Order: sequence, then C-alpha cells, then structure tokens
Amino acid sequence: MSELEAFRAEIRSWIEANCPQEMRAPVQGEDDICWGGRNFVFKSAAQKQWMEVCAAKGYTVPDWPVAYGGAGMNPAEAKVWREEMARAGARPPLSSFGIWMLGPALLKFGTEEQKVHYLGQVARGEIRWCQGYSEPGSGSDLVSLQTYGEDMGDHWVVNGQKIWTSYANKADWIFCLVRTDKTNVYQGISFLLFDMTTPGVTTKPIKLISGSSPFCETFFDNVKVPKSQIVGQLNRGWDVAKYLLGHEREMISGAGDGAQTSTIGKVLTRSGLDDPMLRAELAQFDIDALAFAAMGEKFLDEIKVGRAHPAQPNMMKYAGTELNKRRHELLMAAGGSTALEWESEATRGGAPSRSWLRTKANSIEGGTSEVMLNVVAKRILELPGA
Amino acid sequence: MPLYHTEDQAMLAQSVTGFMADEGGIKQQLRHWRDQNCKDGFGHGLWKQFAEMGLTGMLAAEADGGLAMGHVEAGIVLAEIGRNLTPSPFLTTSVMGVTALSEASDDLRGRWLPGVIAGETVLAMAIDEGAKHKPEKIACRAERAGNGFRLTGAKDFVVHGASADALIVAARTSGSDSDADGVTLFAVPRDAAGVSHDAVRLVDSAVASHVRFDGVELDGSSVIGEVDGGRALLNKVLNAGRIGAAAEQTGVGGGAFAMTTAYLKTRKQFGKLIGEFQALQHRAAHLYSELEIAEAAVIKAQQLLDGGSERAELMVSVAKAKAARVCNLAVREGVQMHGGVGMTDEYDIGLYMKRERALTEFMGDANYHAERVAQLSGY
Repeated sequence: MSELEAFRAEIRSWIEANCPQEMRAPVQGEDDICWGGRNFVFKSAAQKQWMEVCAAKGYTVPDWPVAYGGAGMNPAEAKVWREEMARAGARPPLSSFGIWMLGPALLKFGTEEQKVHYLGQVARGEIRWCQGYSEPGSGSDLVSLQTYGEDMGDHWVVNGQKIWTSYANKADWIFCLVRTDKTNVYQGISFLLFDMTTPGVTTKPIKLISGSSPFCETFFDNVKVPKSQIVGQLNRGWDVAKYLLGHEREMISGAGDGAQTSTIGKVLTRSGLDDPMLRAELAQFDIDALAFAAMGEKFLDEIKVGRAHPAQPNMMKYAGTELNKRRHELLMAAGGSTALEWESEATRGGAPSRSWLRTKANSIEGGTSEVMLNVVAKRILELPGA
Repeated sequence: MPLYHTEDQAMLAQSVTGFMADEGGIKQQLRHWRDQNCKDGFGHGLWKQFAEMGLTGMLAAEADGGLAMGHVEAGIVLAEIGRNLTPSPFLTTSVMGVTALSEASDDLRGRWLPGVIAGETVLAMAIDEGAKHKPEKIACRAERAGNGFRLTGAKDFVVHGASADALIVAARTSGSDSDADGVTLFAVPRDAAGVSHDAVRLVDSAVASHVRFDGVELDGSSVIGEVDGGRALLNKVLNAGRIGAAAEQTGVGGGAFAMTTAYLKTRKQFGKLIGEFQALQHRAAHLYSELEIAEAAVIKAQQLLDGGSERAELMVSVAKAKAARVCNLAVREGVQMHGGVGMTDEYDIGLYMKRERALTEFMGDANYHAERVAQLSGY
C-alpha cells in the first residue's frame, strides 16, 4: 500500500469513528451550517461535537500548518481528505469567511504573531469574521472606497460606511479596507482587523428579494483601531485585498463543492414529469455541471502546485455562478407551481424560490460577472486597453 | 490522480507540439493535399513520420510492439492534430483500430498491427449506418456461411475508408437490428471481393466512403473477439473514438481561439485595435472560460477511461458533448470576429469551422451524447 493509500485508510476510519450520523445528512439550509464564533448557537449536540473533534485534529482547516491550528496536509493529502469527506457524505465541520478568505490572506501577509493568534481562533471556531469591502458608492469600482482611518499615533480613528457586509450582525471581528491616504488611490488603502464590539460599530441588516437578510449595512463612527491590527504594510492593503478576492471568487465559484456542481436531471423522475423539452434542457445542464466539476477539480489540483494562472479564480467565479443561476432556473421550472410557494411545509418554507432568488446575487457579490470577464480579458488574454 | 499532465506526459506534449507544428501544419498538409485533390485526403509520408515519432503504436500492447500508453497520451497527440488541422488516419487507425484489435486473435493482431505501428497500414471504422450516428441499431448483416460469414449491407461516414488496408466492421450476426447482443466485429481486408466504396470528399477535405458489402465472403479468422458478443468491444472502440474526437476538438477550438485573439490584437477599426472593444472582450473571455472547462472534462474522461472506472462512459459523453458545443462556439466566434476576411479561403479560420463540423458528427454529436448522459444518469 502506498503512503497515500495508507493515509486514505486512516482518514476513512477516523471519519467513520468520529463523524456523528446526524452530520452525514446533506445540508438542507442555512441553519445546518456550522459557522462558529462567540455568538453561535449550535443546532444540535452532534454539530458541536463534530466541530470540536475536527478542530482538535486540525481537520477544520486540514491544509493549514499545524502551528496555526491546521493538520499540515500536503495537496495530495488534502485532496484525499475532501474525497473521503464526500464519500462519507460528511458535512464540513466548520464553515467561515475566516477559513476561506482571511486565512489565506493572513498566511501570506500576516506576521507570525498574527498567524498564531488569529488563525488559531479561526481553526477552533472561536471567532467568526465578516468582510468590510463594498461601500454605497464603491461596488464594482471598489478601489474608490472612502471609509477613512485617521492616523492618531498608536491607533487609527475609522469613520465611514460599508455595505453588503455578509453576516456583519453575527460576526465577532471584521477584516476591513480603510483609506489611510487620500492622495493615492491604489496605494492609499490599508487592511485592518477589528472587533465588532468596538464602540462606534453598528450594523443594520438589509432585507433581500429572497426575504432573508444575510447582508448588512455597517457603520463606523469614530472607531478606534490599534496600529498592531494592520495586515501587511501601511497603504498596501490593496495587495492583500486582491489576493483575498481571489480566494473569495474561488469560494463563490463552488469549485470542489459537491452541492454546487452536482447534476439535477433526476428531479425529472422524482417528480414523475413527462416533459421531453425540459429533459433535454436538464441533460444539457448536467453536461455543463459535470464538466464544471472536472474544471473545479483541475483548478484545485493546479492551484495547489502553483500551475493555475493567477487570474484563473475570476474565470472560475464567472463560470460557477452563471452555472448555479441556471441550476436554480431549471429547478424552478421543474418544480412548477409548487416551487412558487413562499411559505409551505411542502417547500420547507419556500426553499426553492428563496434559493432561486438568492442565487441572483452570485454573479454580483465578490465581483460581477462583467468585472470577471474584464479581468480575464486583461490579465489572461492580454487584450489591448482592457 | 491530479488533473494535469505528469512529467512524462508533458514531455510527450512538448515533442508532439513541435512535430505537429513543423510537419503537420495547415499549409504543408491540409491545404497541400486539398489543393492537389488528393484521393486519400492525407499524406502517407507524414503517416510514416508519425511512426518514426512512436505515435502510431502508442495504444498497442508492448507484446505487440506498442507503447501501452493510454487515452491521456493519445489525447495529447489528437489535440495537436486539432490545433494544426493535420489530416491523418491517427484517430481511426491508432486509436479506434488498435483498440478494436486489442481483443483480436494473435493471427489478426500479427496481420495488422506491425503495419500500423510502422506507419504503413491504415484502418477505417465502418460503424455508422445512415447520416446520423446511432450504433445502438446495426442492420448490416453477416450470415454464417460454411466455415465463415457472408457480409451484406451498407455503412456510411467511413472516414479514410477507400484508403484503408482494412475496415473494422460492426455487423449483426444474430437477432434484430436494435438488439444489444448479436453484434460481431470483423476486420475486412481492402481486397475482399464484394466490397465497394463510393468515396466522397467532405467539407473538411477528408475523404469518407459509403461502403457496400455485397455478399462478402469472410473466413472465421477475420472475426475480432466473440461472435455475437461484440457489443462490449464495440463500446470500448466507440469510447476511444469519442474521447479522441473530443480531444481533437479541444485542439481545434484552442487553435481557432488563438488565431482569433491574435487577430483582435492586430486589426484596427475606428482608430482602435478591435480587441479594445468590450463587446468583443467579453465574448472572448467567455469563450476562454468554456474552452478551459471543455479541456477539464476531456482530461477527466481520459483518466477515468484509462483507470477503468465505471463512471468513464458517462464522462466520455459529457466530454464529447461539451467539447462539441464549445469548439462550435470557438469557430463561430472566430469567423465572426475576423469579419469579412473570415469568409475567405485565404484565411485559415474557416478551415477550423469545417473541421469542427466534421468532428462533431464523428461518433455522435452533442445531442446524441446529451441523450446518452440522460439515459446513463437514469432519466
């Protein structure tokens, strides 16, 4: 048996022995996701137990170094971990912006002290992070952001407003883009971390077309941020922000995410539909979904060994989100009038229509499809004047 | 296994890329043979060079003098064939033919494989009946006669048929036309009495035959594999041909795309390079994204096929359908973005459009494979 196969056997039996049965059912909705954090209320004892046993082994962040709360897996081992989790149908023990977004940025730009402190908290599910990027006047044109941190010697005083801050009302800390030099557009932004309980921070949820409020407006009114809480250099936060956006786009693309790349043709037989035109559309979709699943696998394989084009996450985000929107259009079509029900037991409180509406944000949040295409045209295709 | 080429495969890709660009380029090969109205549609000299490069026997077993490589490696060659629109009998001979012969008797392998590996023998596949690929139905019949069989019927879209030293024929030896069982594969030599070709030049300048078998007498030694039990082998041959065609299509699409983006960077209108216009940039970026995805689907299917996975068949159809749609988009966008010159014979972009159309029909178009994906997925 090769070393990797021995590792696979070990992982398989560990998951078998430690993953509670309840954590092996598919995630049905938002409240099945374990986000962690100071204010998180576990949905069940099994959810808490699964997060804790994984955190103790570093399995919440398997490919992070052991010193920062991970399990130190190499790319091949991390792939085995993902495959075995999928095989067991096990839910991710912990999901968070700390894992997907801040973590990679800190691993690249953080000081040793920051890595040990913040990454450890993320890995153990102790601190839940949110992202302060967009502002009312700075959406696609993010670099025009106006939130300002005034230099007060040993700290900044931050004033301004962020918008579309996901789960700001539930998060413990924020990683935030703040202008620290008004004379320089790109090299006048710093990447700051601060506690959401700092005086002067307030949040206000935004009600969306889906009826839920995952996004907030976040206001900063003379918020004091110590100088030690900057990631990377002063006024060079845009480098950190761009790097992190790559990871955000990778996450939104659904690469490596079974739920977002799975096929849907079987809804036809489940619902007993006899509709040849819909069947054809579903088959075309399934082809695209399976092809994109292969792309996700290839992309992750390549990115782990540095073979992917640095701008490739933009392409993944574009393709993955457009695919997901199409998935939900087809699921609505297959569901017919039942899928229109906004509040009913049959639809678990309107899940089909609410999910369908939610997906419309996929190609807007984290960079619109149009911006993704701009970036691909410029950085990968090197088209002129792009 | 990671979804990118191993070091050995990358080395193969490097040498094949250089070889195909130098020797198999559009001007030296496709245009040359087309303009001479060559009866074969490809050059035998180049086929010999394929052999010298060690490509002709890459899928054959080592015991047969081959290299025992897999579909990932064959796909590397096919992608470069596609990129250069290189006319060659590689797909029908070294991919499908060799796959068929892998289960043939020692005699048959000994009769055909050495010539294939030496680049002297050409094989063609006689599978389709009618204008659309539908191998679930096989009407061409081989009746038992004495110690052998008598073959009667017609086959269409037999690419390189009239140039081939042997035809690999899927015929019915029992049951009715649409039965899964009762199919047998035969290796029919070109000089067998009763075989006639109506050879036709196709839109992409390849030559394909309508073949008639009028009571062709075959002895038992021309049977490949089991009598009546040839369906599994036929499927194996079809999978090899389908993933091979898909790989070639990614090369065709990639070649058309490279030519088109180069044009966007040189053609000026309204005082600007046309590549500066966002309307074209977005279409080009979308096409890039689709080409990447098609390539991923193809290498995934190749790996599953080489690994003997039970999911291989589904993924082969996914890859063939996806590569067809994406390559089609690439050539349509290519001609459109070239504008007027894209309609001229002088520019190569139109040649890509022609090859794409032919490859799409070869071994099942996107709709055929979508139907297959639905069936294999249980709906």
